[in-house]
Amino acid sequence: MAQKKVFRFGDRFIGFLTPLVLLGLWEAAARLGLIDARFFPPPSSIVHTFGALIASGELWTNLVASLRRLMLGMLVGGVPALFLGLAMGISKPLRAAIDPLISATYPIPKSAILPLVLLIFGLGEMSKVVMVALGAFYPILINTVMGVANIDKIYLDVGHNFRASRWQVFRTIALPGALPSIMAGVKLAMGMGLILIAISEMVAASDGIGYMIWNAWQVLTVDTMYVGLLVIALLGFMFSTILDEIERLLIPWKARA
Amino acid sequence: MAVVSMLSPKPSTAADTVPVQISMRGVRKYFGNSGFVAVDGIDLDIPQGQFFVIVGPSGCGKTTLLRMLAGLESISEGTMKVNRTDPSRPENSMVFQGDSLFPWMTVYDNAAYGLRMRGVPEKDVSESVKLWLERIGLYRFRDRYPNQLSGGMRQRVSIVRAFANDPEILLMDEPFSALDEQNKMMLHEELLRIWEATKKTVVFITHSVDEAVTLGDRIMIMTANPGREKAILDVPFARPRNVIELRHEAAYGELVFHIWEQLREEVQRARMNAEGGK
Repeated sequence: MAQKKVFRFGDRFIGFLTPLVLLGLWEAAARLGLIDARFFPPPSSIVHTFGALIASGELWTNLVASLRRLMLGMLVGGVPALFLGLAMGISKPLRAAIDPLISATYPIPKSAILPLVLLIFGLGEMSKVVMVALGAFYPILINTVMGVANIDKIYLDVGHNFRASRWQVFRTIALPGALPSIMAGVKLAMGMGLILIAISEMVAASDGIGYMIWNAWQVLTVDTMYVGLLVIALLGFMFSTILDEIERLLIPWKARA
Repeated sequence: MAVVSMLSPKPSTAADTVPVQISMRGVRKYFGNSGFVAVDGIDLDIPQGQFFVIVGPSGCGKTTLLRMLAGLESISEGTMKVNRTDPSRPENSMVFQGDSLFPWMTVYDNAAYGLRMRGVPEKDVSESVKLWLERIGLYRFRDRYPNQLSGGMRQRVSIVRAFANDPEILLMDEPFSALDEQNKMMLHEELLRIWEATKKTVVFITHSVDEAVTLGDRIMIMTANPGREKAILDVPFARPRNVIELRHEAAYGELVFHIWEQLREEVQRARMNAEGGK
């Protein structure tokens, strides 16, 4: 056990090291004039801007705006997807009824729906939340259906032999059996949510990280653009770490193998 | 020991004095439109408290027969009746072939499954589960997950899951087929030990002749494709049995040989059918 932890720590350390080395190379290249510092400002100047944006409170305001939309969107899209997915996984007729609808609408790029969403929900908060919700809905739904439908038949036999009711089968077999797949869906949904929040804020918002990046392009403050990208990258990393931790708690039988 | 008279086919004498627990009449099973007959006309009486073993080649329908008894498969024709002595207890619990423990539950929760599903108060659940896990030497592993156990330990837990549910009859579908010889021997010993403490009626499926003779009171040999009764034999050994010393007895070898003789034909026929079908 102790050995495993050391190993995990080593992995993380290497994971941090790679970007640091790349940043060092970038800094050197920008200072030596090997790359155009107007397009690729050295990391030190980006960090400087980063500090300035924090100090002015601008970064914080935009971050909070984006996070709020992201969280609301994940809930609005994810919760119905979870319940519908569980129901579809259990009931074959329901699956047969809804599957074609899902297959037909899933391949439509969510970003292509943005104009329609703006038309329907207006320029307010709702349109951004809906965009994230759309992005979260599909991966969670599809993974939940798969997770339930692919549960090994022997577990259902055990449930029936021990006279578990429908609700008991759901609670003790279908749900925990599908959990690993559901978690994978949530991770995909989070990634999709980040993409969509950035896009929709660029087009139709007056705050948020996406807005910050777009605004920086319009006024040509390239450093700020990079800060925005950095923040999105950090958010992605943070979410995936949090979700990994949640997974470890929810699915202890996988982690302790 | 008068082995020869033991081996001659005759109606079981045990059934005359002890009440019948499981009674089958003309049980048939065919599948869907293919008309494939898996089980073809089984008539059988199993008395209360008997360890009944069904042995036959792969694909002879023995598992199907057991699954019908477990209520996991419908009966196409005929009747299967289980005479209950205590309706408050569940009719049957099954020990499945292969890994059937829920990977997401600890040893304890797996063992408690049957009791919890029928709403037994948690205090009684914990008492019973503790007792059974201790009996089979796994109580200290109660918080582990199945993937942290060896194959032999997992199968022990599945046996505990069935015993702890306290059913009237225990159904076992080749529970040890995936284990190595030494593990198997130990589990035979443990199964007999805990079974002798409860004397539940058992229906045990296997393709291993040794296993059948070691464990059973009575053995039914099944034919392959379609699955029919070929012979029923009584096993003469007294209980409690010593799994290893049993092999020392002349009657053991003779019984094993006798069953193999009958099985050989069936195994060959099953193989020819399988190859002819290709």
